[in-house]
Amino acid sequence: MKRAIIVSLRGAFFATKQSLRTGRLLRAWSRYARSARYSTIALAMTLVILASCAPMNLNAPAPVYDTGVDPNAWATIPAGSFLEGQFDHPASIDYDYQMMVTDVTVAQYVDFLNKALADGTLKVDGDRIVGYYPGDEFHGAKHEIHIDAGDYIIVPTNDPASRFTFGGNKFTVKTGWENHPMTNVSWFGAWTYCGYNGWRLPTELEWEKAARGSGDDRPFPWGYDIARNNANFYSSRDPFEDMSAFGSRTTPVGFYNGQTYGSYVTLNSASPYGLYDMAGNVWQWIGDVLPGFSDRFMHGGSKDIYDMDLRIWVRNSATPTYYSPGVGFRCARNP
Amino acid sequence: MQFIKDRFNYLFKSTKGLILVAIALIGLETALFGMLSGPMAEFGVRDVIVRVFKMDLIQAEREGRIIILYHSIAMAVIAIETYMITGLLKMKEFYKTAVRVLITVGYLFAMIFGMGFAYWGHNWALHGLYIAGLTLIFFAGVLLTIALWPWDKNYYQSDKSYARTKSGVDMERAAFFATALTTVISALFGAVPGSYYSNGFETFLAENVIRLPEKTAMQYSVIGHLHIMLALIAIMLTLIIGRWLNFKGNPAQDRHAADHSRHHVINLGVWGVVTPLEPIAHMIIYVGATPAMLGALMLVIFGWDKFIREGVAGIQKPGSWQKFKALLHDPLRFGPLWQMVFMNFTVSGIGIFYAVRLDEIFRMWPHREERIELTGHWHVLSAIIATIILLYYGDVIGLKGKLRKLYGWAIILLSDLAFASVTIFETKRLFISEATQQPLVNTVMVLMDFGLGMLLVVLAMVMVWRLLDLFKKKGRWMAEAEHELSEEVK
Repeated sequence: MKRAIIVSLRGAFFATKQSLRTGRLLRAWSRYARSARYSTIALAMTLVILASCAPMNLNAPAPVYDTGVDPNAWATIPAGSFLEGQFDHPASIDYDYQMMVTDVTVAQYVDFLNKALADGTLKVDGDRIVGYYPGDEFHGAKHEIHIDAGDYIIVPTNDPASRFTFGGNKFTVKTGWENHPMTNVSWFGAWTYCGYNGWRLPTELEWEKAARGSGDDRPFPWGYDIARNNANFYSSRDPFEDMSAFGSRTTPVGFYNGQTYGSYVTLNSASPYGLYDMAGNVWQWIGDVLPGFSDRFMHGGSKDIYDMDLRIWVRNSATPTYYSPGVGFRCARNP
Repeated sequence: MQFIKDRFNYLFKSTKGLILVAIALIGLETALFGMLSGPMAEFGVRDVIVRVFKMDLIQAEREGRIIILYHSIAMAVIAIETYMITGLLKMKEFYKTAVRVLITVGYLFAMIFGMGFAYWGHNWALHGLYIAGLTLIFFAGVLLTIALWPWDKNYYQSDKSYARTKSGVDMERAAFFATALTTVISALFGAVPGSYYSNGFETFLAENVIRLPEKTAMQYSVIGHLHIMLALIAIMLTLIIGRWLNFKGNPAQDRHAADHSRHHVINLGVWGVVTPLEPIAHMIIYVGATPAMLGALMLVIFGWDKFIREGVAGIQKPGSWQKFKALLHDPLRFGPLWQMVFMNFTVSGIGIFYAVRLDEIFRMWPHREERIELTGHWHVLSAIIATIILLYYGDVIGLKGKLRKLYGWAIILLSDLAFASVTIFETKRLFISEATQQPLVNTVMVLMDFGLGMLLVVLAMVMVWRLLDLFKKKGRWMAEAEHELSEEVK
């Protein structure tokens, strides 16, 4: 193999040298780049295309900010009616419930991973951590996939985009990302985390009410319009993003609380019930399992998406094994 | 007064003037409303446009706004195609005039009042006028269908080198007729759900509900409608280009296959989505779409062969290079057919791959990724249709010499650069992860914006030139006012 490569390279070298000697290549080039304009355009195009091949530093340093928002806090959402969805359908939830004030953080989730791995709830399976899920009823609908009882991926262990590392038996948070939302976690990972703590994932209706409140038909948790410093979305120019390099990254949970970080001023963007990041930053897994539909819904939009998809009713969905640097979750519980 | 009257007559009574007005309005609308989304929103341009033009954008109504925007552009495109059809095909003068009046008033109403309603608050009178505009267009479509009736002996084809039945029915005219008829019927699949608005039907974008396991009959109707209408606009344009290039040839079977294909795709295909046949609708569409693509292929083979033969006429033994040069000699004639070929890489090919590997690949992506693929897919198809119209328009206005080449190649290269970039963007998850995509995204965005932006600049230059020409006493417009497209069939 090595020999073949050397022979090929040598052949190419001599062929090029020969061509240059006879001036063929130069003549060919001068034919195509007769005018300076063509060369400039060709050069610019080459540079643009080469830029797309630039390596990306997934662990580029990020600023560290304390938002002052407690990720262990819960907000109580009282029973009652509210307006649901884009077309403001009257809806009602007839029980009080609580939801986490912020998304689950990397630190919180890493604690859980270490505990659950130690007590056997989770186990290592190659380059992923798996946990047991009792399965969904199969309805044979179009595009539905079987989700039988068994072990499913919780998190991958070797994805460079994860904000944690795995040393074989222990998880560690990458420095500086402790108070960022947990990402690269599957729906099974979110479901298991909540269940492990005696909680659950919110239903779609619970999530929407927690985000919108019960007073009006606002499209965003804080009101009717969105500014760049309301939430973390695509090209929102927060201190964590660099669109010319690595793109948008997560902001710490509760970042958009009216504080000023360095020279960056945020607007207080809590929902009427005091929940943060209910729009932007990361998509949040929803607990609902629909008959005949194996995808799971997500709400809230993310750092990777334009502002209009941060509207409360906008849905995303994916198979429950899907994980991404733009997907996280928070839990709900009954008081 | 005579000055205004002459220009008015040109712009609203002649084929070329009517096409010019519609293209100019689409160009203006695209330039203005294109600033409200995508990279323009990202750069902050949207906020400036909203402020300067005092737009009233309610977040919850975005989908409705976009639907009206799509319709207003599509109606103008349909009007352009109608002008071309009425300029290329024989029909009674009454029908020609009536169809043109109705569709012109219709699309202007739909565009002006529709956009007024959607983007500048909700004056329901404007909404009524928008609906009135759409209705006029529908009625124009009915009249056009009647005017195209192919079994009228006045329109029988006596020349055997054209596709015709034994009795002489012009198969090309029959294809125009069938496409017009099915377009009119297919419009109803959008109109009926629309009439139930806020009475059991709610606005939605098809790409947002694509994954939901259960859809209502009206949702299926709208999904069918939008697929049908875009396909029919594309098929009608293929027919128009075929007529412009005087589509005929010796192998009669090929001609028949090509002409019949349009019937098949319509009759066998798309309506199934909306009927109880929905479970097998895609299979029916494949059955219909295959001959449609075959028909386009026949046109491409016919056209390219013709360009080469014309280009090497006089050369005794033309070599490959001479043939190749002959093929590319005239970008305005080569371009429309090339765009149909290029479409296979950026639309049809992707669509077929998507359908074949739906469950294995695309349904493993999150819905939002699938949505990017879907919207990219039909945006490219729509834009390809637009570029084919612009290429034909370059010939319609009589561009010659270097200007003709420059205009033609600029449209082909700039649009294809943008379409190729869109295709890479929409399929990027096949070869790059979400975490590492940014450099690639930045690159394709630059190429996309450069291609489309420069395309709009080229169009703007042509439009400014045409505007200035209108102020000349004996400008190009005077000659155009008298010329009909049927006289310029190549």
